[in-house]
Amino acid sequence: MSRIVGIDLGTTNSLVGYVDETTGLPRVIPDAEGRVLLPSVVSFAREGVLVGEAAKRLLVRRPATTIYSVKRLMGRGYEDIKDELCYLPFKVVPCDGIVKIQVENREVTPPEVSAIVLRSLKERAEKHFGEPIEKAVITVPAYFNDSQRQATKDAGRIAGLDVVRIVNEPTAASLAYGLHRLKAGVIAVYDLGGGTFDISILRVKDGVFEVLATNGNTHLGGDDFDRAILVWLLDDILSKHGVYLGRDSEAMQELRLAAEAAKIRLSAEERATLTIPFDGFTYHREITRVELEGLIGKLVDSTLGPCRVALADAGLVPSDIDEVVLVGGSTRVPLLRRRVEDLFGKTPHSQLNPDEVVALGAAVQAHILAGGITSMLLLDVTPLSLGIETLGGIVSVLIPRNTTIPTSAREMFTTSVDGQTIVDLHVVQGERELAKDCRSLARFELSGIDPMPAGMPKIEVTFLIDANGILQAQAKELRTGKAAAIEVRPTYGLSETEVERMVEEAFAYAEADVEARLLIETRNEADTVITHVERALRQGGGLVSGEERESIREALGELRRVRATEDRERIRETTTALNRATEHLAEVMMDAALKGALSSKRAAEIMAGGAEPTEDPASPGTS
Amino acid sequence: MDHFEVFGLPRRLAIDTAELQRRFYELSRRYHPDFHQAAPPEEQARALEASARLNAAYRALRDPIARVEYLVRLEEGRDTKEGATVKPKAPPELLEEMFEIQEALAEAKAGGLDEAGRAALVAQRDRLATRLRDEEARLVGPLSEQWDASRPAERQRALATIKESLAIRAYLRTVVDDLNDALGESQEGYVTNRRH
Repeated sequence: MSRIVGIDLGTTNSLVGYVDETTGLPRVIPDAEGRVLLPSVVSFAREGVLVGEAAKRLLVRRPATTIYSVKRLMGRGYEDIKDELCYLPFKVVPCDGIVKIQVENREVTPPEVSAIVLRSLKERAEKHFGEPIEKAVITVPAYFNDSQRQATKDAGRIAGLDVVRIVNEPTAASLAYGLHRLKAGVIAVYDLGGGTFDISILRVKDGVFEVLATNGNTHLGGDDFDRAILVWLLDDILSKHGVYLGRDSEAMQELRLAAEAAKIRLSAEERATLTIPFDGFTYHREITRVELEGLIGKLVDSTLGPCRVALADAGLVPSDIDEVVLVGGSTRVPLLRRRVEDLFGKTPHSQLNPDEVVALGAAVQAHILAGGITSMLLLDVTPLSLGIETLGGIVSVLIPRNTTIPTSAREMFTTSVDGQTIVDLHVVQGERELAKDCRSLARFELSGIDPMPAGMPKIEVTFLIDANGILQAQAKELRTGKAAAIEVRPTYGLSETEVERMVEEAFAYAEADVEARLLIETRNEADTVITHVERALRQGGGLVSGEERESIREALGELRRVRATEDRERIRETTTALNRATEHLAEVMMDAALKGALSSKRAAEIMAGGAEPTEDPASPGTS
Repeated sequence: MDHFEVFGLPRRLAIDTAELQRRFYELSRRYHPDFHQAAPPEEQARALEASARLNAAYRALRDPIARVEYLVRLEEGRDTKEGATVKPKAPPELLEEMFEIQEALAEAKAGGLDEAGRAALVAQRDRLATRLRDEEARLVGPLSEQWDASRPAERQRALATIKESLAIRAYLRTVVDDLNDALGESQEGYVTNRRH
């Protein structure tokens, strides 16, 4: 069997892993620079598409064409997400049930954007093994519904991958832990990532990982913590400086990244300082851990309800849990650890890196499927009840939530009018009693029924949820024994033809080649320096002579001109020249800052041209 | 193949659940699609079907009440859910109390609860929840034993008693859920047990 890799397609970061044949242990694959986390960010530039770190650096500069957190849009309808669109700097538009993202004059679907991230990981793995990689296991949040799973599978196909299995993230994490310390018992996996929350309760015994219950929220994660801080910062800036920045997408991105950086810092420290220069003023603010906890307390608490429901569904009480495992970057937040400990009465642990553990588990599952491991077996469940709409809009449940998958259910249908040859079925997923409150999955049309008096045909429909948690259906008319044709119209998904078209079109979104990429990066670097110098001139220009100001302006003008050319070397040299021309100004500003005229840290940052608050390798972001 | 046959068990309600779990894991290792990835498509399809049947059987048999419900379906020759909904029936000895509860519920829905009304509803809810637990204990205890011990000629009567008990249980669950809703104590506002 050919090699299968394991991929964690995260809201914030994505990773790819495999099991080392000699040690039998899972490993994550680093890129050429040694980084294992690939930021799940895609930037659509005229020169080509950028992925990962290169795209992430464009978040502030090109907010409208740089797409992040696209996982939150996967398999979603416009209604589901319209409330949060005001926080997204790129344009999301409704389109045939699903949503599309408008980048300049073209539209892309969330699976296509995810496919670009997947392709980058595929290439990373191919470089590592020196052979083509065609098969992958991809993880999804356990609480993902059918449409969200299908969208993830579509993304894999568009990226040129045969997705041999969709695995739930918390279960994957338990596999990674299981390899290390196979101990029998009941474990709770609490997984809070960048955009999604899952709780899964498992029984581990004799190498079998049996999921007893799962619950969660596919729209809750570190992104929401950042947003809570962001909203608070907007208010604070309004009251202090009289400026509302909510409609300035560059400023919003800058604030969002600063909020994220502050959140990460506050996991280790009691206070963090934000200093952000805007046009006309510099915003300065200290935020304490207590303040942060006040902002995110409600969000953290909202994860506890699903934990209680999962426990009840498993027929357990907190004291039955032997171990609590934390997964996902957001579980570094101390408040969250306290709350989880209070609920389960046990200190949660995270010996394996919470950013990597899901990818490691996906690699283990890939190895199981490839026949490399036969001692371990994962028995997962379907997170949501599957039902059909009956008379009066009431849902009749066919497969209850937390049923072990694969599983199937059969149901009989008939006609209500004489001579009727077509029957329509509406399949939904969810726990509410009315179909309109559940998630619409698809409409099935059974056709080819022989005309008979009403109520005579007996059509048996078999609903099967496969090991991926994805629905398949078959229909048969029992009197004639004829298979009825089923046409499935997914409510929130791509049709087969659309996916096929995207597989072909995927080449249109080929990653920019190395030359083009380097050119974009160099231009980007030039842009950053230009902005910083403009700012420095405004804020500290008065501190140096007119002559010096003039020479800086000249160097600045030169870089603006050269930046538009295709000559990468020349752009780089001119950028260096501008940096050199401002060295003295930087020193003077630093002196002034030390005397209190400016924030010293920020002045240093302004002149260093860096100041990207999220690039703190010691404390990576959420995944 | 019915769910008992999947595990090679006789059609009896007394089941050793620890042994059932052991068999479930053993059979899962045989059928689960994970172990048939390299097999030809027809064999994969067979494994998928066998695995789905096994999971459905385990779900129906591991819980003693689900087991009773399944037995009734099986004895009545229904293997889909069609017509499976048990028509809830009020316990005869509680009929009068039920009228009071329904009235209190209507009142609560119309205009909220005062302190005393709330306390009364809580007391009623607790009493009915106890009655529900008693009914369930009767189902999985004496009534299950009775069915297992009954000779073929007595089976219809044993089954009728079980169905009556299931109907009462369904009724009690609905009322307890309604009371919880009215008291605002249903878990997280959206999860109810009534459909499972």
